[in-house]
Amino acid sequence: MNSADVLWVLVSSVLVFIMTPGLAFFYGGLAKRKNMVNTIMSSVVLMGIAALLWFAVGFSLSFSGSGSIIGDANWFFLNFPLSDSTLAPNTMAFAFFQMMFAILTPALITGAIVERMKFSSLVIFVTLWSLLVYYPMAHMVWGGGFLFDIGSVDFAGGNVVHISSGVSALVLAMVLGKRNHYGKATYHPHNVPFVLLGAALLWFGWFGFNGGSALAMNELAIHAMMTTNLAAACSMLSWLLIDKLKNGKPTLVGASTGAVIGLVAITPGAGFVPIWASVIIGLLASPISYFFITVVKAKFGYDDALDVFGCHGVGGIWGGIATGLFTLKSINPAAAWDGLLFGDANLFLRQLGAIGVTICVAVVGTLIAVGIASALTKGIRVSKKEEDMGLDHCEHGEIAYPAFDGMD
Amino acid sequence: MKKIEAYIRPEKLEDVKEALNKQKVTGMSVTQTMGFGTQKGWKEIVRGTEVDYNFLHKIKLEIVAEDDRISAIADSIVESAYTGEFGDGKIFVYDVQDAIRIRTKERGSAAI
Repeated sequence: MNSADVLWVLVSSVLVFIMTPGLAFFYGGLAKRKNMVNTIMSSVVLMGIAALLWFAVGFSLSFSGSGSIIGDANWFFLNFPLSDSTLAPNTMAFAFFQMMFAILTPALITGAIVERMKFSSLVIFVTLWSLLVYYPMAHMVWGGGFLFDIGSVDFAGGNVVHISSGVSALVLAMVLGKRNHYGKATYHPHNVPFVLLGAALLWFGWFGFNGGSALAMNELAIHAMMTTNLAAACSMLSWLLIDKLKNGKPTLVGASTGAVIGLVAITPGAGFVPIWASVIIGLLASPISYFFITVVKAKFGYDDALDVFGCHGVGGIWGGIATGLFTLKSINPAAAWDGLLFGDANLFLRQLGAIGVTICVAVVGTLIAVGIASALTKGIRVSKKEEDMGLDHCEHGEIAYPAFDGMD
Repeated sequence: MKKIEAYIRPEKLEDVKEALNKQKVTGMSVTQTMGFGTQKGWKEIVRGTEVDYNFLHKIKLEIVAEDDRISAIADSIVESAYTGEFGDGKIFVYDVQDAIRIRTKERGSAAI
């Protein structure tokens, strides 16, 4: 056991941990005031469910065994000695690090369905989704499954985390339907500083997400830290530029959104692409997502409330493609080929294949999970009256803020 | 000229606003307010302990219009704010002596 490597992975784990409450503030700030508690709870509850599930079956199904789609039951209940170092730098440290990813990923989905989904249905859905989509994806890409075997690469979770959650969010939002007053009432963010607070915690945690994915205290970790920060910075700036050109004024919600999209886009390539490429990946990430959020969403009329598909799905797909374009195997020998830009189409085509597989798994898994959740809770949507009153009062009996006049 | 003062459920504001738009109401004021009527208060559990809230959140709408439009406007509020349960609210109608538009100094019905 290399102490320095273990230290870095443990520090990275707690960085990734803070992303989930950070995400809760990011989503909460974007939602309506009357749904603040519910929006935050949707992420926070996973800090319980997903952790327990990871201990019981998740880690084993993701990282034990050599199946092509899913792992085996060998490591159920983390049943291996603490000295085990099958997985670098130490199997238990790795399980702890990956536990944080398993918490965050289903939480990402919840942004699409805010303000109208029953909490009980959501709890069942995210549990099933972890089993049907997340563990198989983690195994296929990182645990020695077939996406690993064909040689596609995903440094920190472009496919596993972002495309899978983004696409699932779109499917779930379509099954759930639009909010009552969608297209009529204004659904503007109720607390812009909270949006930035959340985005800042996500950015901060992302250094562990990407930097820690090197799984060692080495040059690759340093490299991933630098690409991560540059992509976020550039994507934030390009969103602000779009704001300025389209509406004349740069916005804080725009800056926060742009930064998160940049972080998503660099995730699969953070430890594969040259540092200069992270600037290009970041600069292009915002315009691509902006197009989906403002043009495509409006055209098709789906109510992806907080743009999970637009940010994580689309940003993740761009990141996966960009990894196929810019990867240099001299940076990370885990890649078998250079990217398309350096004259080799091998990796690029495998990246496209991996993206396609991820989309299929996410769509099928989500439909099954939502079908079961709907059957168990007799529909996944709150009544119109409950939606109008707000989910904080109706689902939790707890409101986020006192009245401005302080009379309550 | 008369003023309508309507107390409604907060969750009905969007529906009422839509109904009033159909009536082509030219302006209204909306206030967050608290109070109680027949419905009385509600309870919240804070760390396991029950806490009483004596006042309920309501929305107050104020609309000034010509006499002949008042009953249509009031009807549309009643229809859109109705649930049939305690706490649907009340509507009061008052006479208005005069109105002045500050920008143009117009008076009376020209100002509303």
